Amino acid sequence: MKPPEAAVGTESLPQGAIALCLEADVPFGEGRSVAMVDRRIGVFNTAAGFFAIDNDCPHQGGPLSDGILADACVTCPLHGWRIDLRDGTVKDQSETVRTYPLEVRDGTVWLLQVEAE
Amino acid sequence: MMYAKPKGLAVIGGGMAAQALIEAVRKHDSELPITLYCGEAHLPYDRVRLTELIEKGADVSDLRLRPDEWYEDNKIEFVVGERVSAVDTSTRSVTLGEETREFDSVCLATGSEALVPPIEGIDRDGVYLYRYPVDCEMIVEQAEPGARAAVIGGGLLGLEAAKALAALGCDVTVVHLMDRLMERQLDQPAADLLLAAMKEIDVEVLTERSTVEIMGDDHATGLRFADGETLDCDFVVMSVGISSRTDLAKEAGLTVERGVVVDDAMQTSAPGIYAVGECAQHNGIVYGIVAPIYDQCEVAARSIAGIDGESYGGSIPSAKLKVMGVDLVSVGDVASGETVTVSDPEAGIYRKLAVTDGKLTGAVLMGDTRGYELLLDKAKTGAEVINPLETLSKASEATAAELPDTAQVCNCNGVCKGEIVDAIRERGLTGTQEVVAVTRAGAGCGTCKSLVTELVQIETGGAGDEQAYLCPCRKLTGEDIANSIREHGAQSVSEVAECCGATRECGGCKPGIAYLVSEINDNRHREERHARYINDRVHANIQKDGTFSVVPRIYGGVTSPDELRRIADVADKYEVPMVKITGGQRIDLLGVKKENLPAIWEELGMPSGHAYAKAVRTVKTCVGENFCRFGLDDSIATGIELEHEWEGLYTPHKVKAAVSGCPRNCAEASTKDIGLIAVEGGWQVRIGGAAGASVREGDILVTVDTKAEAMRVSTTFLQHYRENAEYLERTYGYVERVGLDFVKEAVLNEESGEPERLRERFRIAKAAVVDPWLERNNPVHPKQFSELDSEPALAPAGPPVEALIEGGSA
Repeated sequence: MKPPEAAVGTESLPQGAIALCLEADVPFGEGRSVAMVDRRIGVFNTAAGFFAIDNDCPHQGGPLSDGILADACVTCPLHGWRIDLRDGTVKDQSETVRTYPLEVRDGTVWLLQVEAE
Repeated sequence: MMYAKPKGLAVIGGGMAAQALIEAVRKHDSELPITLYCGEAHLPYDRVRLTELIEKGADVSDLRLRPDEWYEDNKIEFVVGERVSAVDTSTRSVTLGEETREFDSVCLATGSEALVPPIEGIDRDGVYLYRYPVDCEMIVEQAEPGARAAVIGGGLLGLEAAKALAALGCDVTVVHLMDRLMERQLDQPAADLLLAAMKEIDVEVLTERSTVEIMGDDHATGLRFADGETLDCDFVVMSVGISSRTDLAKEAGLTVERGVVVDDAMQTSAPGIYAVGECAQHNGIVYGIVAPIYDQCEVAARSIAGIDGESYGGSIPSAKLKVMGVDLVSVGDVASGETVTVSDPEAGIYRKLAVTDGKLTGAVLMGDTRGYELLLDKAKTGAEVINPLETLSKASEATAAELPDTAQVCNCNGVCKGEIVDAIRERGLTGTQEVVAVTRAGAGCGTCKSLVTELVQIETGGAGDEQAYLCPCRKLTGEDIANSIREHGAQSVSEVAECCGATRECGGCKPGIAYLVSEINDNRHREERHARYINDRVHANIQKDGTFSVVPRIYGGVTSPDELRRIADVADKYEVPMVKITGGQRIDLLGVKKENLPAIWEELGMPSGHAYAKAVRTVKTCVGENFCRFGLDDSIATGIELEHEWEGLYTPHKVKAAVSGCPRNCAEASTKDIGLIAVEGGWQVRIGGAAGASVREGDILVTVDTKAEAMRVSTTFLQHYRENAEYLERTYGYVERVGLDFVKEAVLNEESGEPERLRERFRIAKAAVVDPWLERNNPVHPKQFSELDSEPALAPAGPPVEALIEGGSA
């Protein structure tokens, strides 16, 4: 996923986009989670922009939004699995975490698409 | 002159012995043509791990000893899934199907097969052997949760099958002919321990039961024993023993008794024909465990390659196993000779040595297998044992450095310490995984990996693996980063990141840098919560389910009815799932939701216990002179005073302390990071003790005359540790690394002025401490304690933090 860029102009958001939170709701360098359809999604505010991924660590379900962030990865607070926020890959593991496209516009973080698996 | 082209070696059998032989031959001769005939449909796999096929649903390919490429790279020709039909000893030829090929030498490694006892009904459906992957496949099909499984045979293999079936949710009963389990390896007390472990996973055991019939129509429905009793079951797994597979050898006219008879060169009765492993009988013994087979293969390989060397003189059978989750080592024979035993049934520990004619001849170690490499080496080399009890206790303290080079580190793959050390030195290896890949030590069951790591650390002088760098991405040590902070006057983690590039790639170094920034700036740094673990963002300890635990400060472990009432009320009101007394004399409220933390702190009205942080956790105390008949001084008041003095300061790693009022040491001060013990006429101060993952008796830093001096020295040491230890280095690691003398000089030499300077910096840092739980009323961010879809149970509306501090609750 490309880091989202601040929206410009008046082009409309894709149909079905959901306002997740305000930009200010997630402190810089941290994550917060939110219930969405059938899962929790973690929203992360990093130096490389906002990212959204499934919040449950594929290892033992640790809350990734409580992890430590670097520019574009998060480390699970339970056992240190490290997930790349851009593509959901996990360091040294074959599992992946689902990522979601976001757009930040006028201080609001929009989730562009989410559907049940 | 012409040389005949070498016809090479034929290895018949595809088990662990065949693989070990090939590897041993390739060590001596990289060109000799080798053909491997595997009767089973797979290249050699690790049969020791067969249970994984049932328990973990693994595939045989997961158990393979070497991948396909290895055989290609090592020029091994192989045939799988077809059995050799004949061996001609005069021409040393092997017949497979229509084809017959001549070789220079032939080695039989045909292994063994499961014994099928002549019990009535043995041929019914639902009766399975436990030997081959295909057996496991059939067993798995039957092993539905709740299915009743009867395992006949309480030897090692039977127990492994039983455990795997229990793990799948089957209702398992082990039926054993003898009066105790694993009677060949274990004596009665050890077998009793095993029985207890089996009870814990709900596996039933029936001993002294001779099965005379498997009942049922088409499909097995139960067992009938010789005494007339019966046991209902849905299926049966047979594991009553093995017998050497010798048909091929017999037909070839070789001498065969219980196994194929071999001499000290591992040669059979026909020249050029060898046998190794479970099919071979040496000096009247057929070995059924894997360790002796490596010895045999070494010798056979030398014979085949035509290299002189030691001949085979038999092996001391040894096995290191995990049975029913219990670590177990069996060496030689403990049934004869003079024996000594150390036993702690409650802790599940049993250690026994047998000594015959002053030499170690057997050992059983259960629950605590430390030192087995040393004991095995003593048994193998016939070393003299003068004081068996001392040998037994010393062995458990042996470090990797003390092991002789001949000591076998990896039992699965037969790798000695010497081979590992050579590989590290000659190839310049620095990582555990590299050593595993090169030597294969640790590639089997993996239990020896920690020992391999220790060897790497010793050989590389501690420079191996990733230990040295605080930021491995940029290869920066803690010292590098500390220098950078001082040089640039950095006040925050972000500023450090700008100076040296740390934190950006993986972020793992952020908490360590956060500590350094705060320590170097005397606790007057610019705090950035994103650099802290979640524990330090919400001042509570995250649990496996994402909830948190709350431990209020209870100074010295002394509380009051009033505090207890408030704790009880909070636990009721917020439906706290567990209230637990901790090892550090505190009360832990477990399973608290993040958004309830501020409200709970408010209602407790107690300061943070810092149980979540790298900080001074607790000062435990004993009752002391106020109430105790033996008390020499006031341990409670001393502990409470110290805890007030130290609370809230971050440290490189957690710090646990204790104060005991007399040398009986009820507060266990001798195994604390800092421990004070009242002695006749003064106080002893101990440092660097531990009783967790490591156990270490604290060193006596000093014995002083007064309580005030003891407290002053302790605080001086705490600050010295705060300034000098690596991040995440406990006091015991620090004291061992730098040495006690270095610490004494820094902390005790008042003339140098350094101790007073340490205390001054301590006072400055302490003056900036704020109770983090006060953030309940004034969070650093509106969402500090909540998610996007939740709100904190306590609205952040109180007065600012500073006003509260002056109110005095910190």
